[in-house]
Amino acid sequence: MRHVLAAASALALMAGGAYAKELNIYNWGNYTNPKLIEKFEAETGIKVTITDYDSNDTALAKVKAGGHGFDIVVPTHTYVPIWISEGLLAETRPDQMENFKNMDAKWVDVDWDPGRHYTVPWQWGTTGVVVNTKYYSGDINTSAIFLDPPEELRGKINVVPEMGDVMVMAIMYAGGEPCTDDKEVLKKVHETLLNAKQHWLGMDYGNLEKFAKEDLWAGVNWNGSTFRMRLQNEAIAYGYPKEGYPLWMDSVAVLKDAKNMDEAKAFQNFVMDPENAALISEFARYANGISGSEAFMPEDMMTAPEIVIPEELKAAGKFNGTCAPETQALYTRIWTDLQK
Amino acid sequence: MAESRMQKPPKGYSVRTLPGFAIVAIFTLITLYAPIAILVMFSFNAGTSMAIWEGFSLRWYQQAVANEAVQDAAMRSLFLALVAASVATVAATMAAMATTRTRHFPGKTMIYALINQPLMVPEIVTAVALLIVFAAIKVWTGHTSMIYLIVAHTAFCVPFAYLPIRARLETMDLSLETAAQDLYASRWLTFRRVTLPLMWPGIVAGLMLAFVISLDDVVITEFVKSAGQETLPTYMLGQLRRVVTPEVNAISTVILLAGAILVSLFFRLTSKRG
Amino acid sequence: MSEQAAYRPGELEAEAQAADNRSRWMLALPAVVIITLAAAGPLMVMVVYSFLTPGDYGNVVWKFSLEGWMNTLVQRDIFDDTLIWADAHLSIFWRSFSLSLITTVLTLIFGVPTAWFIATQPPGKREFWLFLITVPFWTNLLVRTIAIQELLRSEGVINLVLLKLGIIDAPIQMMFTNFAIGFGMTYVYLPLMVLPVYAAVDKLDFRLVEAAHDLYAGRWTAFRRVILPLIKPGIIAGSILVFIPSLGAYVTPRVLGGGKNLMFGNLIELQFGQGRNWPLGAALSLMLMAAVMIALMWYVRVTSREQSDG
Repeated sequence: MRHVLAAASALALMAGGAYAKELNIYNWGNYTNPKLIEKFEAETGIKVTITDYDSNDTALAKVKAGGHGFDIVVPTHTYVPIWISEGLLAETRPDQMENFKNMDAKWVDVDWDPGRHYTVPWQWGTTGVVVNTKYYSGDINTSAIFLDPPEELRGKINVVPEMGDVMVMAIMYAGGEPCTDDKEVLKKVHETLLNAKQHWLGMDYGNLEKFAKEDLWAGVNWNGSTFRMRLQNEAIAYGYPKEGYPLWMDSVAVLKDAKNMDEAKAFQNFVMDPENAALISEFARYANGISGSEAFMPEDMMTAPEIVIPEELKAAGKFNGTCAPETQALYTRIWTDLQK
Repeated sequence: MAESRMQKPPKGYSVRTLPGFAIVAIFTLITLYAPIAILVMFSFNAGTSMAIWEGFSLRWYQQAVANEAVQDAAMRSLFLALVAASVATVAATMAAMATTRTRHFPGKTMIYALINQPLMVPEIVTAVALLIVFAAIKVWTGHTSMIYLIVAHTAFCVPFAYLPIRARLETMDLSLETAAQDLYASRWLTFRRVTLPLMWPGIVAGLMLAFVISLDDVVITEFVKSAGQETLPTYMLGQLRRVVTPEVNAISTVILLAGAILVSLFFRLTSKRG
Repeated sequence: MSEQAAYRPGELEAEAQAADNRSRWMLALPAVVIITLAAAGPLMVMVVYSFLTPGDYGNVVWKFSLEGWMNTLVQRDIFDDTLIWADAHLSIFWRSFSLSLITTVLTLIFGVPTAWFIATQPPGKREFWLFLITVPFWTNLLVRTIAIQELLRSEGVINLVLLKLGIIDAPIQMMFTNFAIGFGMTYVYLPLMVLPVYAAVDKLDFRLVEAAHDLYAGRWTAFRRVILPLIKPGIIAGSILVFIPSLGAYVTPRVLGGGKNLMFGNLIELQFGQGRNWPLGAALSLMLMAAVMIALMWYVRVTSREQSDG
């Protein structure tokens, strides 16, 4: 079947030079494996165009404004309920799709999309701490690395400027729950952050080189990104703070005003195939949510300490929910105060 | 040209040199090119990093050649910058002629403030405002071509072209134009043969500024672009969070080279004519 | 032309003046239309938004509120709800303001001599040098910024050279410092100073400078008394192009400064992004615009008075 389709699409190409069917994907930049798209195009004869965004808020604002021309979007789990409640997503019922059987059972009844009526897992990961073990040999499974930094690491710390993640880590370090509006806890968080900041060198993204070349020695970072750092510098290690650390998942959703609804659904079904899911992970170095994809994944991902969470620290990982608007406003104030 | 009026300075002493200026200028140029040298160097890196040298290779050029998305983005950026900068420069030239060498006329201050308005708000604000207005138009007309990006870029390029041209015109000598008109040259002929050549350095400066400003724009483009309208800066922005490879260095080097060839050809042609 | 009109009797003069005004408006029309369409016009949306209530997840709700404007200056304390000055906003504004000022001064120090150097090259060679100034900016902003960072790193080119020359014993921390921000901003905004100043120096009548030399002796006196006033329009245009946009700049300061401290541009961006307070973002940016606009209009008044006086 696959070959027939490929041949048909090749013929279509030769005949008209244009695909009859199209699909417009709106995804995080540098997040989509070109091989995945080639495979999808060859199998279905659908021409895919990828357009990038760099933040959940930009994507939300653009789609909400309308006239965008996108069919598929890949929001982070905290934003999925917003997308649904704003009426922007189509209820495509992935749970009734052919490849749904491949979805890992633990990802089916998730808070942000119970029973998977809208979204399909793309990749998931953790936000933790990164430490260059050459400069610090103590326990790295703690948020104290950046919130109460050990003497050795001071002045060489970078924290990713991701308000949601950093606030959650600081709140859990202070003993609170994600999305708390407990003023006592927040006061402690405020104090801890303001105190810690004097020991930070930067709050920036994209620091692979700076960690690899040891301009930076520690900080807050995502697991897949740390994985890539370690490949450049063996001394780099990833820590899962025992006080609590955020888990996140980006999911494939179809927009309500998609012009290519059938093609978009076909794509949702396509990424639930283990072989295809493995292609996604191979490129960006994060885990996907599809059972059986391990068989197709590169060897080094199976054992990577950045991907395989140690058993005793699994419980500390939490998916933060979508915070109430008033709480979010409080967090923004603390965040602004931190950077004033 | 204006230069022909000037006499050669007396031997051994030139009013055109100011002590230290040449040294500062050369230092500035070297400093401008230091990062560019690094950028070009890393486009030949064998490793995957923009900062860790692992030997010479052409792999990023090969990858860029194979990567349709990044080529598309680069071509789109160049096209957009060329169109927007040209249109903006023509409009800015006309506006500069209208607002200089005259006593105060009703609306002059307003025109001036309006033209400079795009400079005054951070890009994100214009970007969100444009998103809202343009999205409404896109929904209403169903039309989603590059025209939105072209109009948006043209608008913010205008002040960058306008100010150098205005600076050139502001105290420009009127006597030549008056003389030409006294000789019964038509307005158009006067403009083409006298005013335009006098303004020319200002126009070139304005055009060059507008071009690089458009080429570099990220925020407004990010908010105005429709599906499939990636430019090189927005493509890069998407990469920034994850990892930036020397592929974009390779593309930038090619653009540099193409620009160098194009402009030297252009100057060869125009200097022959002059 | 208005100068010729001055010789005619009163009535004709008024008529000629009106015709001149009309034709000037026509000339300015394309620029006015484009900007009204795609910059100033859409900004009216922001004026409206600044008086509305923030939506739960970004955007706005159509309910009148002055909160956005009020919060630019005063805010409720995070913890005890008392009204306090929004000192975060003020200190962030002050940081951006000082950075703009420093950037303008630095681009003047390096840009004016460079522009002078180019404009005094033989005719025909000048475009080549101009091109040499702008060509680094044909590359991508982010790649360029990363390359600048490469110069400044602990093991970067500058540190290596200084170590080799024995000027320093240990690498200086330049990455993520104010020095890095100043360097990067000067780099990025330099052509915005050089090109307008060049356009002004290029038309300088050097016979005036020679005459000045005959009258005064020193080069610097001639520079100050004769050259500077003549190239002033270029310097002012350059300063506007550097100072105003750098007030709202945030990409370069964030990448080179490490992003620990917000710039005014970041603060506004935060409101439209993760902060989800569009009315506050709109009010903050309109305040910035009003301040700049007033300063600029004052400048136009002053310069056109000078012109009509002269």
